[in-house]
Amino acid sequence: MKHFLSAINVRELLRPLGQLLLFSLGSAVVLSAIVLTLALVLDQTTVGQHLHGRYNVSLYTYTLVNLPQVVIDGLTIGFVYAAIALGYTMVYGVLEFINFAHSEIFAVGAFVGVEILIALDNTGILRGASLGMAYAYLIFAIVMGMAAAGALAVTVERIAYRPLRGAPRLVPLISAIGVSFLLQDVIRLVEGLTTGQFNRIMPTFGNFDQRLNLGRFALGEANIALGISVKSIIVITSAVLMLVGLNYLVNATRIGKAIRAVAQDRPTASLMGINVNRIISLTFLVGGLLGGAAGVLYALKFTRIDAFVGFFPGLKAFTAAVLGGIGNLTGALLGGIVLGMLETFAGSYLGVFTMGAAGSEYKDIFAFSILIIVLIFRPQGLMGENVGQKA
Amino acid sequence: MTTPFSTLLLRTLNKGVLPYLLILVHIALGSALVYTAPRSNLAFLVLISSLFTLYVLKADNRFKLIAGAILALLIIPVIGVRNIFYLEVIFQISVFAALALGLNIVVGFAGLLDLGYVAFYAVGAYLWAFFGSQQYFVLPFAPGTQPSDLPFLLPGDAFYLFLFIAIIVAALTGILLGLPVLRLRGDYLAIVTLGFGEVIRVLANNLDKPLNFTNGPQGITPIQRPTMPDWAVQGFNDLFGPLIGHTVSPADMYNLYFYLLALLVIIVIIFVTRRLDDSKIGRAWTAVREDETAAIAMGVPLVRMKLAAFAVGASFAGVMGVLLAASRTFISPESFSFMQSIGVLSMVILGGSGSIAGVILGAAVVTILNLQVLQGFSLYLSELRQSEAIIPIINFAWRDLSTQLDPAKYQRLLFGLILILMMIFRPAGLIPAKRRKRKLADDQPAAE
Repeated sequence: MKHFLSAINVRELLRPLGQLLLFSLGSAVVLSAIVLTLALVLDQTTVGQHLHGRYNVSLYTYTLVNLPQVVIDGLTIGFVYAAIALGYTMVYGVLEFINFAHSEIFAVGAFVGVEILIALDNTGILRGASLGMAYAYLIFAIVMGMAAAGALAVTVERIAYRPLRGAPRLVPLISAIGVSFLLQDVIRLVEGLTTGQFNRIMPTFGNFDQRLNLGRFALGEANIALGISVKSIIVITSAVLMLVGLNYLVNATRIGKAIRAVAQDRPTASLMGINVNRIISLTFLVGGLLGGAAGVLYALKFTRIDAFVGFFPGLKAFTAAVLGGIGNLTGALLGGIVLGMLETFAGSYLGVFTMGAAGSEYKDIFAFSILIIVLIFRPQGLMGENVGQKA
Repeated sequence: MTTPFSTLLLRTLNKGVLPYLLILVHIALGSALVYTAPRSNLAFLVLISSLFTLYVLKADNRFKLIAGAILALLIIPVIGVRNIFYLEVIFQISVFAALALGLNIVVGFAGLLDLGYVAFYAVGAYLWAFFGSQQYFVLPFAPGTQPSDLPFLLPGDAFYLFLFIAIIVAALTGILLGLPVLRLRGDYLAIVTLGFGEVIRVLANNLDKPLNFTNGPQGITPIQRPTMPDWAVQGFNDLFGPLIGHTVSPADMYNLYFYLLALLVIIVIIFVTRRLDDSKIGRAWTAVREDETAAIAMGVPLVRMKLAAFAVGASFAGVMGVLLAASRTFISPESFSFMQSIGVLSMVILGGSGSIAGVILGAAVVTILNLQVLQGFSLYLSELRQSEAIIPIINFAWRDLSTQLDPAKYQRLLFGLILILMMIFRPAGLIPAKRRKRKLADDQPAAE
């Protein structure tokens, strides 16, 4: 036992935790400062008066009151993005290939998890379940979602990508787009045949919908209530656990070493006795597992899912991966958190600051604008090293 | 890559007057079938496939030209007006063929994967939708609140002018988008164009405030059409009335007119594409597609050539956008979704990227699959649903089949399958481009 404990590389366990904390705090502080400054500046202009006329609060107070909730929402969605982004980044790191179908793998995970919970709900087990059992069922659903998504990711790689290895870059990408479209309709087909419904709703059970009040404090004329829903805590905790686990797997184990070797130089890795095909499958498996878990967590947070649920989270997670520097695990974490924060801030405050001319409907565009700006000015991402074209 | 069997078959068929006979027989058979059975999809397929026969078989070019002209200008209009659904299918094929030809320049010639191609189509469509409707006077009103007696900004005949304006505007949009992103590597470019396509769609959906430019998700209607002179309808009725069997209304004539216009655009596009392919620019595109680094070393101005490809491809889409807006008299953001972009891409990939004939074939096949096969299947299922039929062994009543299961709405499945299967089994497409053929021939000199 002692030997086992000493084999654990504590540094690799603590490092990502520190990074996550740093990124979350950093992006929250920076964005809050920007928003508050903007609010102060705009308070006396027509923008502030417009808001004052409608809700009878000053712009600064309005911004401040909403800030804690925005930060928590941003963190929650940011961690989901980070978990999906890791799937893109791992595959890209190993194969230099954008796994366009990853968003559907995420969706399949979400569907499997939700369907299992709905089935349990129909038998009536869920409603009477104790708190501990409720968590056990949720964990079961997450694990099943992970398993399904992981298996699917490996299958897709085997069928649609492996035959195309070595073809020009665009060929597997087009195939991946095909897989993504195919899977969307396959999900719809299966749902249509079995349940006849387009939307599936996560059943409510346990205490996931409750809000924990962390207290309220007065700040001038404003009264800020600090609270977080249990769901958000679960999402953030599970995401952190997964991210730490993945980081450990890649940076502190033999398998991780093999993955990094294949990412660096495939032929040489193969000469060193690494089974490249198995490592690539494994990479897809790990990406799929993370994606599937993220899917169930996403369903827990947003309750309603449909067959196209993966598209936007997938694109945004890809954006996050590029933002952080694709191929770089830490970068994906950073990108996910920053993007989730940015998007939530934009969705909450854009409408107020532009007097309703551009509201939260533009938050999807926001992600793309970031993507385009990053690719133009810093194509290697925030943390990536310069990626030249491999010959 | 022609399989030996099809080569052999073509060789036996291409002897003496046999191809001429075959073409004539195929066209005559198709026309007769459609004429006698105006509702049969199969008959329609026989007729449409005669275009393929015309392309594949070896015959004198003048003969091919005349036969093609008779088919496109005489037989299809008559048959289309008899059953307006066929005309719709053919019109859609023409529109998508034009779009696919435009995308073909970007993807097939220059090798740039553009996943947001319909954005340029949307630019053209919204251009004419804004100037060719009352939208200019609707600007200060929220959607649905405008008074009903607003005037039109421009006369309907300004449509012709806007066909040309759309070329310029769409090309400029292409250049504006291309300037920042064309330095990116291929796969990044694909995602950025995808993002751009979504940006255009979201803008179209939300630019109904603060000023109402696009009327939001409800879309803009009515959009004007160019005027149709009375003598055209009258003349057409006098000429073909007996053949068609009923008087043709001006509305049907419009459908016919837009089909002919689309045909004209396609011919211009084909002409431009062929000239470009054989020009210095075309060779530069090929160089860029095959090996960027080598192209730069050879002195090809990389960004400028990519921009040119983007601009040319975009301008084709812009023209078709104007045409679509006028022919439908209504447009909404829904017509310009990501799925449409992938649909056009799957036509290019299916037919063979870089090959003009292939791309047109791809557009025809995908459109027919979409409009006739999937919808036919839908109809069949809904009939089964209303019947008392039961699947024997598992004892499943068709009545209980979910209404969610509507094959007509499973286009993604179709596009996805096409993309995957083509990439794995036949990446060069059904009719590979000539340049690729040449390359294949070089690889196996002993075969011929």
